[in-house]
Amino acid sequence: MSWLRQPSVLPGFGLTLGFTVFFLSGLVLLPLAALIFKTTAMTWHEFVQTVLDERAIASYRLSFGAALIAATVNAVFGFIVAWTLVRYDFPGRRLVDALIDLPFALPTAVSGIALAAVFAPTGWLGIRLQEMAGVQVAYTWLGVVVALILIGLPFVVRSVQPALVEAQRDLEEAAETLGAGPFYVFRRIIFPAVLPALVTGFTMAFARGIGEYGSVVFISGNLPLKTEITPLLIVIKLEQFDYNGAAALGFVMLLASFAMLLTINLVQGWSRRRHVGAGN
Amino acid sequence: MAGAAPRVEPRKHVSLGRRAARVILIGIAIAFLALLLFAPLGAVLAQAFAQGWQVYLQSFDDPDTHAAIKLTLLTAAIVVPVNTIFGISAAWAIAKFEFKGKSLLITLIDLPFAISPVIAGLVFVMLFGAHGWFGPALQDRDIQIIFAVPGIVLATLFVTFPYVARELIPLMQQQGSEEEEAAITLGAGAWVTFLRVTLPKIRWGLLYGIILCNARAMGEFGAVSVVSGHIRGLTTTMPLQVEILYNEYNFVAAFAVASLLAMLAIVTLVIKTFVEWRADRRTG
Repeated sequence: MSWLRQPSVLPGFGLTLGFTVFFLSGLVLLPLAALIFKTTAMTWHEFVQTVLDERAIASYRLSFGAALIAATVNAVFGFIVAWTLVRYDFPGRRLVDALIDLPFALPTAVSGIALAAVFAPTGWLGIRLQEMAGVQVAYTWLGVVVALILIGLPFVVRSVQPALVEAQRDLEEAAETLGAGPFYVFRRIIFPAVLPALVTGFTMAFARGIGEYGSVVFISGNLPLKTEITPLLIVIKLEQFDYNGAAALGFVMLLASFAMLLTINLVQGWSRRRHVGAGN
Repeated sequence: MAGAAPRVEPRKHVSLGRRAARVILIGIAIAFLALLLFAPLGAVLAQAFAQGWQVYLQSFDDPDTHAAIKLTLLTAAIVVPVNTIFGISAAWAIAKFEFKGKSLLITLIDLPFAISPVIAGLVFVMLFGAHGWFGPALQDRDIQIIFAVPGIVLATLFVTFPYVARELIPLMQQQGSEEEEAAITLGAGAWVTFLRVTLPKIRWGLLYGIILCNARAMGEFGAVSVVSGHIRGLTTTMPLQVEILYNEYNFVAAFAVASLLAMLAIVTLVIKTFVEWRADRRTG
């Protein structure tokens, strides 16, 4: 296999690479191919009619719009959370730090029913929001946003945290000594250093939000054209035995995933180049 | 493993403005997390124990719930070892050798993370469902995969596919392979080299990958929901049982089962924190 790899004394290349590629192909690539071929079996007209249907468009608007709003909220508050965890010491800091990963570890169905319980019109936060601000969160598009904020938060915090740890404190102190105010230091020194990590976290949270299902369906109300996310529409089409319709919408979401994956790779490449540039 | 932030050095001269900013920012962060993370977690326990211990314990006295717990344990017992073997194998190939197409392979391994769980279930319906590629062939032989346990296992394998590999690859790349090369050159066999040289170096990262894989395997909802068919007592895992009970307005039972899953999440986080603490001590 000398055409494929550089020489090494270590054993097991053929075995491990062979098993990896075989398992990857069988479990991931073959099923994805089945979805893509199912879609190509449809006529163009049928495909366009399914994916540009009024109900489908409304679901894209909700899924992408809510994911965008949630990722933006997370970029702001996730940054503040990461900042307080890195720069300040306060009682319970380590506990809070450990709990940031809760949305990764908690099954989505559990976050879903828990959020519904808290934000429902009868829930303890839902009642107060209703009385004080006249806002209903559960069973509206706001509920979708709240669920996606929960799901996306760790992506932003865990991206920004290491960047803040590595940020050069001596630069900040030098700027302060030279008379720069705190906002100037933040805008000109801290923010540019952390920006690539923040964009990476934002993009990952957005990508996750588009496809999220479990934590959303309990709090969203699931009304067609109003509070129905795209993954739910796929599930509904499957339940109605509309396999072509489900495949077509699945294909659209798969394209969106590939586009997001490409964006994340580009952002990370950009971030690495900036990082290297800053070090020189 | 970005979790453990290093200790913060106290600053000597702290102005009033800085102290105010500090209090306000910590306040905002804690309030945000309290509303979003701690309140829902508290709600699970509050709802589960809404009618006291007795009712909480009674809600597990249900054959369908027992079956769901068993199915979840069975699924994890199959999925976690398989994906652990895959993860070690992929990490060995990728971290120890230089070959063409390596970065493409890494991207493809990460693919299931980028795909919606519903799509993860859907692809198996397109493959093995009644109208899928292999549907008719399977029907002729009376083999059922979709709306049965094999489909649940496959969908869970798909969504948890990258966890172990993605923990081990950067770790093993960073460690290099000089020690393994020395062992092989001195005449150690492949297995002995792996077990005695590599495994001790990667065990904490491996443990971390395995517990994350396990948490996702036991908690997966979307992908499993698409392939399960929701047959009570037969193809419902714990998260699906939570959904069924919740939709039947049996809230105490729904949150009781959910509380078990929440405890699993807490245990996962505790182990994760411990592993990070170990890793910090070794490097620091």
